[in-house]
Amino acid sequence: MTRALALLIVRSVVLAGPILLLEFGCRAGYVDPNSIIPPSDMIASMVEHIGSGDLNESMVQTFSTIALAFGLSVAIGTLSGAVIHRIARLRDMVDPLLASYYSVPTFIFYPVLVALLGLGKAPLVVLGILSAMPAVIISTLSGLDSVPPVLLKLARIQRLGPALTLWWIILPSALPRLFSGFKLALSYSLIGVIAGEFILSGSGLGFAISFAYQSFDNRAMYGIMLFVLLTAVVANGVLYAWEGRLRRRRSKG
Amino acid sequence: MTVSMSVTEPHVELKGVVRRFDGPPAVHAVGPIDLTLARGEFVSVVGPSGCGKSTLLDMLCGVARPTSGSVRFEGSDLNGEVPPGIGVVFQEDSSMPWLSVRQNVEFGLRTSGLPSAEIKERVEHAVSFMGLAQFIDHFPAQLSGGMRQRVCIARTLVLRPRLILLDEPFGALDQQTRLLMGDELLRLWRETGATILLITHALDEAAMLSDRVGVMSARPGRFIDFVETGWPRDRDSRVVSDPNFGALTARLWSSLREESLKTMGRAS
Repeated sequence: MTRALALLIVRSVVLAGPILLLEFGCRAGYVDPNSIIPPSDMIASMVEHIGSGDLNESMVQTFSTIALAFGLSVAIGTLSGAVIHRIARLRDMVDPLLASYYSVPTFIFYPVLVALLGLGKAPLVVLGILSAMPAVIISTLSGLDSVPPVLLKLARIQRLGPALTLWWIILPSALPRLFSGFKLALSYSLIGVIAGEFILSGSGLGFAISFAYQSFDNRAMYGIMLFVLLTAVVANGVLYAWEGRLRRRRSKG
Repeated sequence: MTVSMSVTEPHVELKGVVRRFDGPPAVHAVGPIDLTLARGEFVSVVGPSGCGKSTLLDMLCGVARPTSGSVRFEGSDLNGEVPPGIGVVFQEDSSMPWLSVRQNVEFGLRTSGLPSAEIKERVEHAVSFMGLAQFIDHFPAQLSGGMRQRVCIARTLVLRPRLILLDEPFGALDQQTRLLMGDELLRLWRETGATILLITHALDEAAMLSDRVGVMSARPGRFIDFVETGWPRDRDSRVVSDPNFGALTARLWSSLREESLKTMGRAS
């Protein structure tokens, strides 16, 4: 048995064990159904809710908000990272702020955002960006730092202009680090948006969970929670697999 | 010989080249330097560490501009611009890990506008010349340090440069690999007819490979000695067993010893 296969089995057992245990606990009456419902019911509820179509609007709302927040974080974050990297003085100023950024609970600004931007999509997108963009800036800086100076010299000797140098040398060199930033940004924008909906929004998946919770609809709550969880795992899995392909090419071919 | 060599102008000519770096602290790195390379000549430069060898190379390929003095290549001034026809091999591994050996070697020809059949032919020739034919689809991470350096040499070779500058290209390799790479470099030199300037800290390497070895002083680097080796053009690493080889390296070392001590803050 290969090491990878053994790991996969152990990982599956570690993951499946607690789920089976919970299933058993719920079915045998050890767990109060008012607190947690059996995992099989969660799945059934998820399928029902998606199948019935009553989540469609929320899904469109939430996923488009996340996509917007993620896209803007990546675009603005990469660009700002590049600018900060270019200007040494700006970097000296910004570095400590970036390093301590994630100790600030950005959520507390949500009421302010709502007051400023209203109750629509805008405050949620901004909240998503606030969570995700600094990760992109940080990874852009470290990615640009990791470009070997010798390759930049090579670009000059081979008389590549700035655009080709960026496209052929800088981007591929920085890509592995940029990618870690993008992965984080996806998770952070998802967390930011759903949590925002949860707290103060009147629509979206986060709101749907919160609404089910407040109306004591455990079944619906767990079903939607599971759906959000699975979506997050799949989205991250796709980026992870893509990153893995890039990495494998560099290390083994 | 019917061809008169006297009418040929120098391939590379440095006149009164000085390079200072603005501080703080301001550094007078190199010069004044006068150096002339004849077309097809193989010249090595040795010097104590920090004497400005790499700065000299940067000015030779046009990446850096001299503070004063002029650098001429094939009769025209380099005004801090890299002219076509110059290839550089660096000390550090400069292969691109995201490209295969073939793509790495192809890299320099991407902007050449050559037809793809010719690019393919040139790349395959350069790759097999450097003994990498069976690794053409490998990625740098799968190769040893010596092989990666050969990829970088092939990438320079494919451009058919008329002047090849090498900045301690074998510095990171073990002794046997270095000797063999030296042989390959000599073969390449004979085959391409290029002018070669090799910067090295290894006296034996300089003595074995070159027509002429320039010895640089401690900073600010100037040439304090030029030694003609007198080797035939079809030499290889076996010249190390020639009786003259010991005398050559001894002469180089006696020129260099005092300067090396200076950089270590000691005088003899």
